[in-house]
Amino acid sequence: MTTEATAAVKLTRKDFVTDQDVRWCPGCGDYAILSQVQRVLPELGVPREKIVFISGIGCSSRFPYYINTYGFHTIHGRAPTLASGLKISRPDLCVWIATGDGDGLSIGGNHLIHILRRNLNVQILLFNNRIYGLTKGQYSPTSEEGKITKSTPYGSPDHPFNPIGIALGAGATFVARSIDVENQHMPGVLLRAAQHKGASFVEVFQNCNIFNDGAFDYTTDKENKLDRQLRLENGKPMVFGKNNDKGIRMNSQMQAEVIEFKDGLSEKDCLIHDETNPAIAYMLSQMVAPKFPTPMGVFFAIQKTTYEEVATEQINTAKKTRPLTIEQLLKSGDVWTVK
Amino acid sequence: MTTAGTSTSGRTRTVTPKHDVVIRFAGDSGDGMQLTGAQFTAEAAIAGNDIATFPDYPAEIRAPAGTIHGVSGYQLNFSDHEVFTAGDEPSVLVVMNPAALKANIKDLAQNGILIVDTDSFTEQNLKKVKYEANPLEDGSLDKYQLFKIDITKLTTAALNDMGLSTKEATRCKNFFCLGLVSWLFHRPTEITIQHIEKKFKNKPGLAEANRRAFMAGYNYADTTELFAESYEVKSAPITAGTYRNITGNAATALGFVAAAQRAGRPLFLGSYPITPASDVLHELSKYKALDVVTYQAEDEIAGIGSAIGAAFGGAIGITTTSGPGLDLKAEALGLAAKVELPLVVADIQRAGPSTGLPTKTEQSDLLLAMFGRHGESPLPVIAAASPADCFMCAYTAVRIAVKYMTPVILLTDGYIANGSEPWKLPEVDQLPDITVKFATDAATYKPYSRDEKTLARPWAIPGTPGLEHRLGGLEGQNGSGNISSDPDNHELMTKLRAEKVQRIAQEIPPMRVMGPKSGDAIVVGWGSTFGPIHAAVKQLQKEGRSVAHSHISYINPLPSDLGDLLKNYKKVIIPEMNMGQLRMLIRANFLVDAIGINKMKGKPFTISELVTKISAIMDGRKLEAVQ
Ligand code: SF4
Repeated sequence: MTTEATAAVKLTRKDFVTDQDVRWCPGCGDYAILSQVQRVLPELGVPREKIVFISGIGCSSRFPYYINTYGFHTIHGRAPTLASGLKISRPDLCVWIATGDGDGLSIGGNHLIHILRRNLNVQILLFNNRIYGLTKGQYSPTSEEGKITKSTPYGSPDHPFNPIGIALGAGATFVARSIDVENQHMPGVLLRAAQHKGASFVEVFQNCNIFNDGAFDYTTDKENKLDRQLRLENGKPMVFGKNNDKGIRMNSQMQAEVIEFKDGLSEKDCLIHDETNPAIAYMLSQMVAPKFPTPMGVFFAIQKTTYEEVATEQINTAKKTRPLTIEQLLKSGDVWTVK
Repeated sequence: MTTAGTSTSGRTRTVTPKHDVVIRFAGDSGDGMQLTGAQFTAEAAIAGNDIATFPDYPAEIRAPAGTIHGVSGYQLNFSDHEVFTAGDEPSVLVVMNPAALKANIKDLAQNGILIVDTDSFTEQNLKKVKYEANPLEDGSLDKYQLFKIDITKLTTAALNDMGLSTKEATRCKNFFCLGLVSWLFHRPTEITIQHIEKKFKNKPGLAEANRRAFMAGYNYADTTELFAESYEVKSAPITAGTYRNITGNAATALGFVAAAQRAGRPLFLGSYPITPASDVLHELSKYKALDVVTYQAEDEIAGIGSAIGAAFGGAIGITTTSGPGLDLKAEALGLAAKVELPLVVADIQRAGPSTGLPTKTEQSDLLLAMFGRHGESPLPVIAAASPADCFMCAYTAVRIAVKYMTPVILLTDGYIANGSEPWKLPEVDQLPDITVKFATDAATYKPYSRDEKTLARPWAIPGTPGLEHRLGGLEGQNGSGNISSDPDNHELMTKLRAEKVQRIAQEIPPMRVMGPKSGDAIVVGWGSTFGPIHAAVKQLQKEGRSVAHSHISYINPLPSDLGDLLKNYKKVIIPEMNMGQLRMLIRANFLVDAIGINKMKGKPFTISELVTKISAIMDGRKLEAVQ
């Protein structure tokens, strides 16, 4: 978003809290995400009335009710469509989309890839809990293979989607990931997403403690998380581990591999993260636990024209070069007069 | 009365006056017959005739050449009096190949003029459409005035020194045909030449080729004394004003732009290409200078979703589609009804179910428009009667959407979408007022407070300080809009949404009746059947029948005086291009035993079939007897 910052009054987190009762299950990861978003919004310097949250259907999609901005809780999977129409006709607004793995990748998958492709200047937060929560526990497009759920008592036969890979494949200009419990990490990612001019896609690992509890425990486990997460920093070598003693390098097969800093290997052998390199971004998207640490942070960020800026430009040019009044328009074509 | 005239070559010829002529051009999709038809229409309009046209396309873009399903036709009715349809049966038929002959000859009137390009009647082409013998030779066309002309050869000969390929030269044969018929109907050549020059401004070579082909056709008719006589249709008494010939789709687009301009808001169209609605998208995409954004969405759902999003932001949100697309938009329409945002959905109907007959017309989406959403989700429905009427209907749809804060469904169909007629240009400042007033007062604002007269809720758009609110599909508390599952509130909201739509009846002008105020029968129609019904009832009245015609433009809500009106007639007859969808509504609403005349052929009614069937019903005969 690049909405001109005109907030005369400094807003605080409290300004973004609504009077509605929050109705997520106690302990749900959504609370943490809500709280991080409410923390980041005042930092944008955008007046509250210029911010709009749009969602589809699902637990994540209750989000707009709890943020005191303009909001629209729409229908299943379609949030990007409403956001597109709003942003194109009102480029002055700062538009956010809250969606989930079912809403955004199953029923709304088509809209998600197209909003990314068109590069509308909006922020998309995809809460990935790898399960259907609101409909009470069926497997989702990001559930792991063989997942046993209410609708798959014998295990799901599906291969799961990789949300980051989809976003990259769709031509997204900003792709990042964070985790609900990482309250030091998420605000930075959200801020970057908000400041990016173009469609920002942020996958947030979110724990559904009712239907898929512990889905990300392996990655978030306090003891071992530093060994299991790769914190991405642009221009820095890909180093991780409790003692910063491991890293990622590209082997001769052009594949990522984990190295330990011994036998002469060091930070110098590691790949340097470059947010503008799509090959690195794709490689990172394919790094899956437990073979690899899970990458966190900004995978990819580049600049491209946004849909609405081109659309607005076309209108302005038409007004300048081919001005037209409605009277002229109606009388255009072959006109004749009967006396 | 027959007079002698002087042709350009100085020969005398006989000029026979005619009141009206129906002409049809037919050929392969690639033969350019649509262009010939449209150009001949322009000539007739400028000559002051009243006109109505009906193009008939195949579903395939370029079906294999020479096949029946590749035949494309264009019919024009031009007259010295008011016309209501493109005409029942052509009295002149121009065919470019055996397929076009086979597909159209059954419609040609007895002793009608049949102009044929003999060059295309090769053994191979005849075989393609299963002609065992050449119909031009075997006497089977004896009941028509057959003119066999080697149009292709004559055209290429006229262009032979231009350095064109045979293919390029052959393509000009449609202008040769235009020249022939222009001579036949006494049209001045200058207008068409001007048109050619304008149309091919950037391709002077093509302009010259088409001009030459056109003049070659004209002169051929003149010098060879091909036709024993020529015809003249005098100008029709038409209300004074400035006119243009317009198709329904173009009129729909202009109606939307005019409404948005009157409302002082940008127009946003979210649409996915679909036949026969795409022309509205094409048309609107040209008007950026008038604050029109056209967004070609990834699918039908995104088309309506984006329009709702734009409406949330304060734009005039529109989505255009045809039946299959309306199916897909149902859920989003329900959302728009629940959140009470203004929106117009235009359904340019085509024959269904499923993909059906994509290029053929039908009125079979009426009940879909009325009821095709889950839950209690009433919406206003307006239907256009003719190509030019699409303008006011589109305009009115926006006006009502904004005034009542509701989605509105506008129904037109393939017949009037592609068909054209003269349209008297309106004065923009005389159009009904459309005022948009956004809520701004934070102290009094409630998302679901209501206007006393219209029950509309306030329109508060993002960017307005202090009015931050959340909309959504979940049932909301009356007033605050907060999520509520209170049983009494849900019932109240259900009734309020219905009542709001009902109140739109106060916008509907009194029903107009053509004919006696009471009598044996009233024929009631909606949508594009207006023309044929009107003409048929006029004819029946001339025959002395006690029958009236009344047309319904507002289908939901129905006009409040309609029920009483129907009681004044012994019989209520409802012709529709469906199985009786309006009839079902009329019966349900007024407990009237309405009788249907139903046609599901992908074609509009002809006047004569309506005359026959209405008479039969009035006489108490069984309809099957006159099928
Ligand atoms: S079902 Fe799961 S995702 Fe939904 S609110 Fe409860 S814990 Fe959160």
